[in-house]
Amino acid sequence: MTPELTNSFPVAITHIEGFVYPNEQNLLWSVLIVVYPYITGLVAGAFIMASLVRVFNVKALEPVYRLSLLTSLAFLLCAPLPLLFHLGHPERCLQIMMTPHLSSPMAMFGFVYAWYLMAVLLLELWLDYRHDFVEWAQVESGFRGVIYRCFTLGVHDVSDQALRLDARMGKIISIVGIPSAFLLHGYVGFIFGSIKANPWWGNVLMPIIFIFSAIVSGMALCVFIYMVLNWARRIPVDIGCLDMMGRFLFFALVTDASIEILDWVHRLYSADESIHVLKSLAAGKLFYTLLVVQACMGTLVPLVLLGLIQLLRKRMAVLIRQRVYFVTSALILIGVLAMRWNVVIGGQLFSKSLRGFTTYKLELAGHEGWLLSSALVLLPFVVLGFFIKYFLPMKYPGPRESLDAGTPSAKSA
Amino acid sequence: MKKPSTRRHVLGHLGGALAGLLTLPAARQAKAAVQKFFVSSQAPKGYDPTKHKWLMAIDIERCIGCGLCVEACKTENNVPRSSYYFRTWIERYVITKPKPGSGETRGEVMVDSPNGGMNGFSPNSVPRADNILKSFFVPKLCNLCEHSPCAQVCPVGATFDTPDGAVLVDPNYCIGCGFCIQACPYGCRFLNPQTKTAEKCTLCYHRITRGLKPACVEICPSEARIFGDLKNATADDPIQRFFESGKALTMLKPHLGTAPRVQYAGLDKEVR
Repeated sequence: MTPELTNSFPVAITHIEGFVYPNEQNLLWSVLIVVYPYITGLVAGAFIMASLVRVFNVKALEPVYRLSLLTSLAFLLCAPLPLLFHLGHPERCLQIMMTPHLSSPMAMFGFVYAWYLMAVLLLELWLDYRHDFVEWAQVESGFRGVIYRCFTLGVHDVSDQALRLDARMGKIISIVGIPSAFLLHGYVGFIFGSIKANPWWGNVLMPIIFIFSAIVSGMALCVFIYMVLNWARRIPVDIGCLDMMGRFLFFALVTDASIEILDWVHRLYSADESIHVLKSLAAGKLFYTLLVVQACMGTLVPLVLLGLIQLLRKRMAVLIRQRVYFVTSALILIGVLAMRWNVVIGGQLFSKSLRGFTTYKLELAGHEGWLLSSALVLLPFVVLGFFIKYFLPMKYPGPRESLDAGTPSAKSA
Repeated sequence: MKKPSTRRHVLGHLGGALAGLLTLPAARQAKAAVQKFFVSSQAPKGYDPTKHKWLMAIDIERCIGCGLCVEACKTENNVPRSSYYFRTWIERYVITKPKPGSGETRGEVMVDSPNGGMNGFSPNSVPRADNILKSFFVPKLCNLCEHSPCAQVCPVGATFDTPDGAVLVDPNYCIGCGFCIQACPYGCRFLNPQTKTAEKCTLCYHRITRGLKPACVEICPSEARIFGDLKNATADDPIQRFFESGKALTMLKPHLGTAPRVQYAGLDKEVR
């Protein structure tokens, strides 16, 4: 938002309704801060999808195990970028890690991020891939060969004992990873939930809502990417796997929707002093993004569609089920993005004096504009594309026979 | 193989933990010393913040809404001149009489603060005088909270409570994330578009630490802003007289538990 520095006359301010504190007229946290929790949520959700295989032994999901872990990693690598672009002084960003102020939830970012990246995701992926890296390094040459050789980290022991140890360590890390994923997104929810100054945010349910919406969005992303990838590779999808993903997505969505409904019921029933301004916010400025996109398109329609599949799975043709899964996953992804928008932007549209509203106008270009933020949402997909090219090859490079997209992990089970 | 733990080991660990605990105060002192050296607070050398306790109070009935304080603050502190950034501002409240037979005690509440009240307030937008129940001006500034949410949430500790009662921002350390601005319930903070750091009322820290009054207090023609040092107040100090006058005092948004130190005399219930 480029402020008007030259304006020294009181002007008729058209984007304000009622009264807002003078410093609140322009929104401070813009679309970049919408993108940040969205991406972080996808990280956590995709990881939960992967741990269903590792920890809970859901065999049907094995075809997406590696794909979800790589998705999680691709999004995690891009997660700090929107925050960084948003900072007034990005060059000072390392201070969050060097001199964290321990009473600030935001100061936890460095620790949580580093822990999740280093101790959970990279380690689990490496342990899972180690055997393959050793084999691929022997048969591949050129750039691919260099990559695989580097990623063996000099460990070439693939004896049965070593592989058993890998599998056991991988499982332990997965188990640690689940609370870590909750922590990763729960802390993002806490950043908003702990702001008691803002009645739209300051809410004890906020971290839980964030965690479940993260799981929903991450699972939907896995469904989406799995289908797009197999379509691009002209490989038939594993409908058993898809049905299982759809079932977990349905359960997660039911939980998420229930908690969000509970939040609203509680707000409306306890009706504190802010309720009139929040009601007019939901019915006015957030009508399309909250009621239409988030509640109807992003929650109700997917709930009905996925619920129908749960009831009538045997009577629905495979092709119809596939299409429904594709549409619902896309709808959920849009719905959760709308939810982040409603939280972040919605929380700044009304005045903390509870007497008026301001307006947010999304710029096209510029450092907090539409172009940059959509680029930041697309970037993880590009990174994931590279990961898939090198780590989920269509033809298994080793001496073993070629496998479907994402299936190499079957051997580790 | 892990060695079995013996009594010697356990005692050793306990001793280590105790030593750690004992070094905590020393570490805190070292941190304070480092802060004193590195933090930019604009106080002169030799100023001891532990010997003062600054406070501002507002007498609503005295404020005439002239806007000189807003102007003085902007000039003194290089606040951007645009109508979006204020360290202090004035709100005008106009409460109309209730409609006859409506069963209400008061009518509509109108609030405005055109350009932060810096150029005064136009009488044109106000209803006819015989329809007005009550009208008054409310100067706003940093509420100097005892439990300041802004200092709590700063991820790098760039904003902090000083022992003498101010809440300051170190512009050389602020990363410009804006979390403190979201956390302030009173809308007293903004992100300076030039420096890209958070900014707020400092009670004119560069002035008060040199024995001067804050710019807004200095210029206020009606003594609506009362300022003083609680630790060194003499009997005829304005702040001492204000608190001894027995006026009913309230603070803004007390239910949030931020314990604002800035107190208002004559505040109406409509003011948030």
